[in-house]
Parts: sequence; structure tokens; C-alpha cells
Amino acid sequence: MSMIEFRDVQKYYGKFHALKDINLEIDKGETVVLIGPSGSGKSTLARSVNGLEQIQEGQLIVNGHDIADKKTDINRIRTDVGMVFQHFNLYANKDVLENIMIAPRIVLKMNEDENKKRAMALLDQVGLADKAHNMPSQISGGQAQRVAIARSLAMKPRCMLFDEPTSALDPEMIDDVLGVIKYVTSQSDMTSLIVTHEMGFAQEVANRVIFMADGQILEDDKTSEFFKNPTNERARQFLSKIIKH
Amino acid sequence: MGSLLANNWHSFLTGFGWTILSSIVALVFSLIIGSLFAIMEVMPNKVLRVIGNVYVEIFRNIPLLVITMFFYLVIPLYFVKINGFTAGTIGLTIYTSAFIAETVRSGINSVDIGQMEAARAMGMTYGQAMRYIVLPQAFKLVIPPLGNQFINLVKNSSVLAFVAGFDLMYQGNAIASQTFDTVNTYIIVGLFYLVITLPISYYMRHLEKTLA
Repeated sequence: MSMIEFRDVQKYYGKFHALKDINLEIDKGETVVLIGPSGSGKSTLARSVNGLEQIQEGQLIVNGHDIADKKTDINRIRTDVGMVFQHFNLYANKDVLENIMIAPRIVLKMNEDENKKRAMALLDQVGLADKAHNMPSQISGGQAQRVAIARSLAMKPRCMLFDEPTSALDPEMIDDVLGVIKYVTSQSDMTSLIVTHEMGFAQEVANRVIFMADGQILEDDKTSEFFKNPTNERARQFLSKIIKH
Repeated sequence: MGSLLANNWHSFLTGFGWTILSSIVALVFSLIIGSLFAIMEVMPNKVLRVIGNVYVEIFRNIPLLVITMFFYLVIPLYFVKINGFTAGTIGLTIYTSAFIAETVRSGINSVDIGQMEAARAMGMTYGQAMRYIVLPQAFKLVIPPLGNQFINLVKNSSVLAFVAGFDLMYQGNAIASQTFDTVNTYIIVGLFYLVITLPISYYMRHLEKTLA
């Protein structure tokens, strides 16, 4: 049973063809890593899954609903699809705890006591219970990203999108964040799509790797196969460049 | 100057009262109307965006006096009879709201787009994301320019003098023409305006510091 399914999806920014003939199925519980050079459409692909980018052609079925269909309630689908951004995007006017509690309160109408209890438990899980009353400007990037992950999990999503979650972090902060992501993806019923440049991490968590360039999917393979023996020439070049550094 | 003030104390105070009343009413309504048009100007809906834009561009680019005269002369002609104070305050409100709309709109636009995206990605509607996340940040950013608008508003309320609004300026004109002591009269009028504007100025700075 697939959680996310792209069928002949096309996406344009004006005349620029950003996603070309995308066909992709991600099953429930799978962890898929999306790699490729910058400008290849990885982020666009991930962001189209929860409708932050609109597709122009094709079908995009998320958790059984076609999100390109105007009748689909996009806000309803978004409650099932968590998203973690490159620049964290914690609400700057809310403290850490409020960042986590606000969407469950106003979108899910969750009971305030239960909401708080869950938020604190999530903060504890990401190791930041002591930062509950700090403002986002008072914590480090790595901490902010862990809060952002907790914030997404508070909605009890079935699926998580990670859009370059460690690209804006100092090197010494990356491991903590990757550790949390690893924990999230290890939960058997969680589907994850991760855009990343961390190849070691990809090898560790991914069931499948997708390689994109110029808005197309050039390779879609089991993780071990992909890293051992990429069939696509551009993927091979990309890997050799990344691993050299 | 003391005797001028003492002899005309009642007039000055009446003018001061009308100026304050007009300013407060215009401030509250121009803040509400201006914010609404600012939100319209950034809406995804194109029709609303155009309406917001037209409103702002029209009323920001016509002299306050012309807008006020319009309400003073035209509205009673075709609709209802309104007095000078009402016409002046309506003109002042509409004129100021166009500037406030521009100020608030620029505040909304300077909030990082990621804030809206994060809120929408969590399933909030556009309205909820605006209300809980974007607008509070936008208003914090525009406190200093809003302070300027409020001070301008108080000073611009002197337009009431032209439509018999009984405000400070109106009383000043009357006193000056009766006593011929123009210099002292207008100095006193100026001081009365300062009594209103300086606290606003101080308070906005205070707000800016405590909220930053």
C-alpha cells in the first residue's frame, strides 16, 4: 500500500520545467532518501507532497487523496504529513513549547492538558525538555531543528518530509539532528522522504535512494545497490564527487 | 502669554478635547481599516489584492484636505447631514488608514516566508497562520513607523479647522483673530499639540524597546 504516489507529475515555474514526468511510489513505512545536485528539483518534489508547491499536471496521491484535486482539503492532508525545513522555521514569536503546542491546539483541537503533556514528552525525546520556555532566537541551530522535528511529530503524522534538515547546521550539531531523524524513521509505521547531502546517513537509514537531476528521476534503487553500483552515469559522477570530499 | 491662556482657557481646552477625541477615533479606526487593507494586499486572491491596492493608492495620493472637503461637502449633499467634526474625522481616518496599510503591508512582507510555510505545513489555514504567526511578528516590526503615522495623525487632525471641527487649530484661529495676539496664540496651540504627541513618541519608543 503506497503512502505517496506520483503519476506523470509535471511542475513548472513559469516556463522553467522543474519536475519532469515524475513517477514514484513510496510505501507505508518506507524511508526514502532523495539526492542529487542543487537545482535538480529534489526540494520541489518534497515540497509538492504537502502542497507547498503546486503541480501543474499529473496526479499526486498522498495517503489516498489526490492533492492536485481542487476538492481535496489540503489542510486535512497536511495534518498527516509532517515537514522539517532546512532553516527550521520555528515560529519566532512563540517559545519552544508553544511552537509545538499551537498546531495541535488550533488544528486538531487537542485538549490543553494532553497537548502539554505530549509536547513535554516530545521535547524530552529530542533532549530539550530544559529549553521549553526559551525563544527560538535563544537556542542553537541544532536545537532548533530538533524542536522543529518535535513540532512536526506533535501532529501525529503518518509521513514525514525532511527538506535538507542538516544543510544549515554547523558540523558539530549535525549528529544530534541525524540521531533524532534516525529514531523517527525507525518507527515501523512512519513513512519518510528525506532530501539530504549526508551520504553516510543515507546509507544508514534509507530503504531506497532516488537520484534526481534536471527535474527528472534518473535512478531509483535499493540503498545497498545504489551505493555499490549506480547504473546511471550522472549518479555515478555525483557519487564520486561527493565521496571524494 | 499667561493672561492669554487664562482668558481663553475654556476655548483652548475645548479645542484640545476635540483634537484628542478626533485623534483617538481616527487612530483606532485607521489602524483597523489600514490593517484590513494591508492583509488584503498580501492575500492570494487577486481580486482582493487589487481592491486593497486601489484603495491605498487613491487615498495615499490625494491631499488630506481634499478628502476631508469631499466628505464635508459631498456627503451632506447626497447622503446624510454630518457636521464638520465627523467629516474631518472620517477624512483623517481614511487618509491615515492608507498610510497604515502601506506600513503594515511592508511589515507582513518582511516576515520570513518560512514562517507562513511552516504554519501552513502544520495544517493551519491561511487565516490562522496570519493571525497567530505572521501578523504578531509583522506588527512588532512596524512599531517604529506606526509611531510616526500616529504622530502625523494627531498633527493632521488640524485639518478639522477648515471644516469647523472646533479642534485646537480652529480655536487658535478664532482666538488669534479676536485678540490679535497671533504669535502667543499659536505658540500655545503648538504646546498643546506637543502635550499629545510627545507622550506618543515616548510610548512608541518604550514599546519598541520592551518588545524587541
